[in-house]
Amino acid sequence: MNLALKDISHNLGRFLLTCLGLSLLLGIVLAMVGIYRGLVVESLGLVRAAGAQVWVVEGGTRGPFAEASRLPGDTREAIAAQWGVASAGGVSYQNIEAQHRGQTTRLMVVGAQIARPGEAPPVVEGRPILRSRYEAVADRGAGLALGEQIRLGRDTFTVVGLTSGLVASGGDPVIFITLRDAQKLQFDLAPAAARREYVRSAGATGTTDTVNAIVVRLLPGVDANRFAQDIVRWKHLAALTQDDQETVLARSVIDRARRQIGLFTSLLLTVSTVIVGLIIYTMTIDKKKAIATLKLIGAPDRRIVGLIVQQAIAMGVISFVAGAALIGAGHGYFPRRVVLEPADSLALFGVVMVACLLASGLGVRTALKIDPASALAG
Amino acid sequence: MAEQPVVEVRGISKHFGKGPTRVDALRGVSLDVYPGTVIGLKGPSGSGKSTLLNVIGCILEPSSGSMRLNGELVYDGKWLRADLRGLRLEKIGFIFQSHNLLPFLNAWENIAVTRILAGASPAQARIRAVELLTYLGIERRKDAMPGELSGGEAQRVAIARALANDPRIILADEPTAALDSQRAATVMDMLRKVAAEHRSAVIVVTHDEKIFDRFDHIYSLRDGALEPPAGAAAATPVLQ
Ligand SMILES: Nc1ncnc2c1ncn2[C@@H]1O[C@H](COP(=O)(O)OP(=O)(O)O)[C@@H](O)[C@H]1O
Ligand SMILES: [Mg+2]
Repeated sequence: MNLALKDISHNLGRFLLTCLGLSLLLGIVLAMVGIYRGLVVESLGLVRAAGAQVWVVEGGTRGPFAEASRLPGDTREAIAAQWGVASAGGVSYQNIEAQHRGQTTRLMVVGAQIARPGEAPPVVEGRPILRSRYEAVADRGAGLALGEQIRLGRDTFTVVGLTSGLVASGGDPVIFITLRDAQKLQFDLAPAAARREYVRSAGATGTTDTVNAIVVRLLPGVDANRFAQDIVRWKHLAALTQDDQETVLARSVIDRARRQIGLFTSLLLTVSTVIVGLIIYTMTIDKKKAIATLKLIGAPDRRIVGLIVQQAIAMGVISFVAGAALIGAGHGYFPRRVVLEPADSLALFGVVMVACLLASGLGVRTALKIDPASALAG
Repeated sequence: MAEQPVVEVRGISKHFGKGPTRVDALRGVSLDVYPGTVIGLKGPSGSGKSTLLNVIGCILEPSSGSMRLNGELVYDGKWLRADLRGLRLEKIGFIFQSHNLLPFLNAWENIAVTRILAGASPAQARIRAVELLTYLGIERRKDAMPGELSGGEAQRVAIARALANDPRIILADEPTAALDSQRAATVMDMLRKVAAEHRSAVIVVTHDEKIFDRFDHIYSLRDGALEPPAGAAAATPVLQ
């Protein structure tokens, strides 16, 4: 006979109502952790899709995912000629708004060279970009169909291939076009004044050919760190290994998200703890006479403590399971990608259990102070 | 007298507070209760009846004196036994003015829980609970929740609970206060039956003159001191 459960079923309505509220809170916590995981997967997705070992970027910067990085397009040829390089490709990244089917869509436009590092990862449908102009490979997240046309800037592109699950760290779907198209798009979309400046400097240097980074693949056995160190000696260039690049991204994009989500998560968990604490406390106050009677009859303190702690734990377990089920069933409907990892759920479960133990403290304290003699009064 | 008293109270005093606010609730009370007897405690409100019952029930620590329960010296200027709850659980049954059944357990569970606390298996405890309900004539109400029981039924379940661990001592504080005279008489007859059959000592605090004839002795408390025995059967202690 479990007294905790008997008491719960005697006051089932209030208990379940509390569990419902709590399960929503815990569901939100799980969803936020899932969104954070999704963010990590997504933001690294674009960096990993390039298949780079080394990123050559503008000197003094940490690359296009952290800040503005611009370097002349012909740097690619110089890098490709270096000892140890298997292949190198210039890439550009650009956030734009496109009009599509009467709606404004935000897109991350990646410009990459055909058959060079940085181009779109293998398509799941259609084919890679083969022609140097006006072809695009879009991610399914962009909502474009194979063969569909989309207007970017002043040009119209045909979707020849589709990738899956690729988004930028901001959550925008990715569309690949050739570097040359991307450079023109950049020029077309620049404000008029900047465009005039652009043309003048292009006239001076003879080119509008700039890239944001050069993606480098090395020959087998060449050490990426050593290679990157060698590149840094070229004053106007900087280089990051793929590991560096992922760390930079984690710092700049993910850290802020982690702090924000961490803050909200701890707030929600604190609120949950307070709710459990208050409900368990009121349940204990309501049972004052019953607890006094139990003590009077001769129930040891550990029975009384067990009664209260078990109720708090039951509340935590029921709410967690309900919350997890809710998110498990509904995570597909979130506007952002939600990645649910069992380890995260397990960790949250542990935290909830600890929170319930803490929360039961007030009730336990109250119960232990109840005088057995008070059972006799009235 | 061949038999040892189950309850031996010797010169017990109890005061609350200090200085000008000091209340002497008990002043040197001595009392023996023998197996199989039912004694009554009466006296005006505030005379110390509940205090005496709480001291005998090991719920309240006296200020001085000594006390022996079931032959064991449990108090002599201080508690001599650490595990007072264990003592209560095994040796003492409590019956309250308001039955004090646990509201979240049904009738038989209320009885069984006492037995389980004392170490019985749930199955054994259930059998014992139903036995007791049968003994007290309310086995058909065994699944009822306390809220569904009438005052008399609830009080009988409470008596059954007090009997669950075969206690040597049964303490009842105004058990019939909430009952009409017929129900009160039934409850008293049950306590007499239990005392006789289990050789227990039963101490009942009561104001209720209608049941005075159901006691072997009636002790009267006034300002914390016992007056000489009085009442219906006071002159001749009944021995079984
Ligand atoms: N916990 C306590 N603190 C202070 N005074 C108390 C306490 N319990 C009882 N008293 C006092 O002790 C006296 C006896 O009380 P009690 O035993 O409850 O009387 P009765 O049960 O005969 O009405 C009363 O004056 C009461 O106010
Ligand atoms: Mg009283």
